[in-house]
Amino acid sequence: MSQIERPDFDFIEPWIEPNSRVLDLGCGDGGLLAMLRDNKNVRGYGLEIDTDNIVECVARGVDVIHQDLDAGLDNFDDQSFDTVIMTQSLQQTTAPDRIVEEMLRIGRQAVVTFPNFGHWTTRAYLGFRGRMPVSESLPYAWYETPNIHFFTFRDFEVLCRERGIKIRTRAVVDRNHQANWKMRMLPNLLGEIALYHISR
Amino acid sequence: MPTEIPADSVGLVEPQTAFFDEPLPLRSGRSLASYQLVYETYGTLNAERSNAILICHALSGHHHAAGFHSRDDRKPGWWDACIGPGKAIDTNRYFVVSLNNLGGCHGSTGPTDIDPETGRRYGPDFPIMAVRDWVKSQARLADRLGIQQWLAVIGGSLGGMQAMRWSIDYPERMRGCAVIASAPKLSAQNIAFNEVARQAITSDPDFHDGHYYQHDTSPRRGLMLARMLGHITYLSESGMREKFGRELRQGKLHFSYDVDFEVESYLRYQGENFSDNFDANTYLLMTKALDYYDPAGDHDGDLARCLSQSQCRFLVTSFSSDWRFTPARSEEIVRALVRAKKPVSYLEIEADQGHDSFLFPIPEYVKLLSGFLASLSTEGAPA
Repeated sequence: MSQIERPDFDFIEPWIEPNSRVLDLGCGDGGLLAMLRDNKNVRGYGLEIDTDNIVECVARGVDVIHQDLDAGLDNFDDQSFDTVIMTQSLQQTTAPDRIVEEMLRIGRQAVVTFPNFGHWTTRAYLGFRGRMPVSESLPYAWYETPNIHFFTFRDFEVLCRERGIKIRTRAVVDRNHQANWKMRMLPNLLGEIALYHISR
Repeated sequence: MPTEIPADSVGLVEPQTAFFDEPLPLRSGRSLASYQLVYETYGTLNAERSNAILICHALSGHHHAAGFHSRDDRKPGWWDACIGPGKAIDTNRYFVVSLNNLGGCHGSTGPTDIDPETGRRYGPDFPIMAVRDWVKSQARLADRLGIQQWLAVIGGSLGGMQAMRWSIDYPERMRGCAVIASAPKLSAQNIAFNEVARQAITSDPDFHDGHYYQHDTSPRRGLMLARMLGHITYLSESGMREKFGRELRQGKLHFSYDVDFEVESYLRYQGENFSDNFDANTYLLMTKALDYYDPAGDHDGDLARCLSQSQCRFLVTSFSSDWRFTPARSEEIVRALVRAKKPVSYLEIEADQGHDSFLFPIPEYVKLLSGFLASLSTEGAPA
């Protein structure tokens, strides 16, 4: 995905301190890191598994490391980054809880964004049709989806509470990354994408 | 034998020679009083002298990396697939320097040359070179060419070790470092293969303790065996299956100990061809340089601390089917660079050609390398 299609980056940017060190898990083509580098002099690495994305990162001067997040992150030292970011990939990992723990081991703070399986359209799809939801933001059939761990905002917040993770900021938006008062009232029903800024 | 030089070739090139009188102190404690380096250049050095790239060669490499020496050449330089106009290392944009390392047998001072102290060929008495000695000699060549800072130093395998050594010894003299299919040091298995290769050479009756020149002979069979063994380790199991399978040379088994299978014929050809064109003492020396390489050794084995001196951006690349220097070995380098908080990118490229993959113009690899170099040149010189 190119930078233009990712307005979530604009939400994340204010959470990142200038001149800080960032690790971006599943960094795609490096759009976020390039933006943070250009606007805030942020340094760091992206981790990515797709070859074309890695080639694209390198060409734009974004440092990227070919690494499967599911194979662990033990090559990164404790508290060696200011922020660890993961946008729209947590639901694709085999052990999302472990990843979140790892993010806060490696970074002082973390930013996580993910699609909300509790959105009313998803609930309605499953509830009325009795089939796994397929939509614009979840465009895959059940047998081919990379999204192997579906969860809702509430699920995530329960996990944070259980693990003693502090939620510093939460933004809830639709898939065009617009927020409105209805979403703020009923985030778990009306929000499509959540952006969480967390720490210990 | 190209009747027509391909459009993406650097064309006809001529090696040049640089003489050095200043003694070169070596890691072994010895020194070379004077020496010469043979090198080639491709492309044009720009007015700012900011577009120069150094190519470091591997075990059996030399200065002739691209283009042709004559229209009768059967094959171009060893890395022609990646060096040329529009190629991964684009000679329309960059000034590429490729040299033969000291101890080599392609024109730079080495075992086949006359030792000025004894008046006879050095042979086995040529000082065993360490990677850092080569790098020092390369830095002197850079001085000679008026290149204060390389845009990048690039190498595969043993060449990658030189590139890494550059970043430690001359951090301010390079903006990028591409370490391809390499390792921070050899494993026991790597050293074991090298030792078998050396034994093959030194146990050849024609070796004469390395003074075979005086007997007008050379340990051809030993060198051939060494190369055959090496060659197997440069390919992958699946690559060999793909290329040769169990194809028979003449369609039937001979029930003799002569060549039955294509793979045997191929290895013999490679070995014979190599032993016609390479010096056994150089081969021994190069394998020792590999065995001894361990830059972290000066830092209690802490590679991160060792690399903390570097100031350049790194590109580390490995190949999935490389079992001589596996991706895990490249990841050791990456891990150390991350711990040292250095700019590094890493990609393991899916490829079937084993360790030799780095010589091939694999599309993702070409894009990766060219993208890395382009990003270095657009970044502007670091402050």
